[in-house]
Amino acid sequence: MPDLGPHAAFIWAAYAVTFVAVAGLVGLIVQDDRRQRQLLADLERQGITRRSAKPAAKPQPVEKKSRARKPKP
Amino acid sequence: MVSLANPTRFLSLVDRMVPWLAAVTLILLGIGLYLAFFVAPPDYQQGETVKIMFIHVPAAWLGMFGYVLIAVAALGTLIWRHPLADVAAKTAGPIGATFTFVALVTGSLWGKPMWGTYWVWDARLTSMLVLFLLYLGLIALWQSIEEPGRAGRAAAILALVGFVNVPIIKFSVDWWNTLHQPASIFRTGGPTIDPSLLTPLFVMAVGFTLLFVLLHLIAMRAEILRRRVHALRQVHVERAAAA
Repeated sequence: MPDLGPHAAFIWAAYAVTFVAVAGLVGLIVQDDRRQRQLLADLERQGITRRSAKPAAKPQPVEKKSRARKPKP
Repeated sequence: MVSLANPTRFLSLVDRMVPWLAAVTLILLGIGLYLAFFVAPPDYQQGETVKIMFIHVPAAWLGMFGYVLIAVAALGTLIWRHPLADVAAKTAGPIGATFTFVALVTGSLWGKPMWGTYWVWDARLTSMLVLFLLYLGLIALWQSIEEPGRAGRAAAILALVGFVNVPIIKFSVDWWNTLHQPASIFRTGGPTIDPSLLTPLFVMAVGFTLLFVLLHLIAMRAEILRRRVHALRQVHVERAAAA
């Protein structure tokens, strides 16, 4: 550890305050991001999606459909 | 750039950028701290307290940068009414406020051993405190109005009115006789700081700036998702009421 001289306490305090403030900010932002992703995923699992979004659980057709048009009845 | 104005494309870009940006930010801050503590020599007048400069100066720059970003985004909100502009402004508030707070506290801790006082009401310190209070006012305004569009427009007007404080901060050391030293890096005659101290400062400044950008991108992503969640819940309630 480097010798920071007679004012070491002020230097360490400055770095400590910066670390705590920045770490707190990072924690809050990352936690909020995760929470919003989780909430959106929960809604999509319930089938609540945006109109522009692709439906999540739409059943896929088993057989390939023929390109030929069906005759009108 | 135009394609990034689409929130979905913006989210896709953020998802790809965040891991790389986080890695580069951590590496730069690590190198910066190593240079600051193990390579940079003590200043001939200030001794080892000059190490506070490596966090104080980048934090002060980013405090002002955050407000400039909010003011530019405010123009985007009021003129083009683009939703991403409002999201950018709102999410820059807490980040800019934190860096301004760090600048104020570290400056105070640097001032006590060098000036003999933690605080003095000179133009530079007071205008930085006003910047911090403006940030708090903007955050309070965003929180107090529930509808994001209305909140965004009201905050945009306040942000543009408060922008007058930014040039006051920058030129306060030239316009008034202050205890705070004048500009020693961005000046017409070039920096007055020795390269042995300027290099760690530059590395830390780039690291802090990337940290700001990284946090802003993540916060913007969270805000866009929050608005989607809010909109989906409303649609769900409307569908349930109609059924």
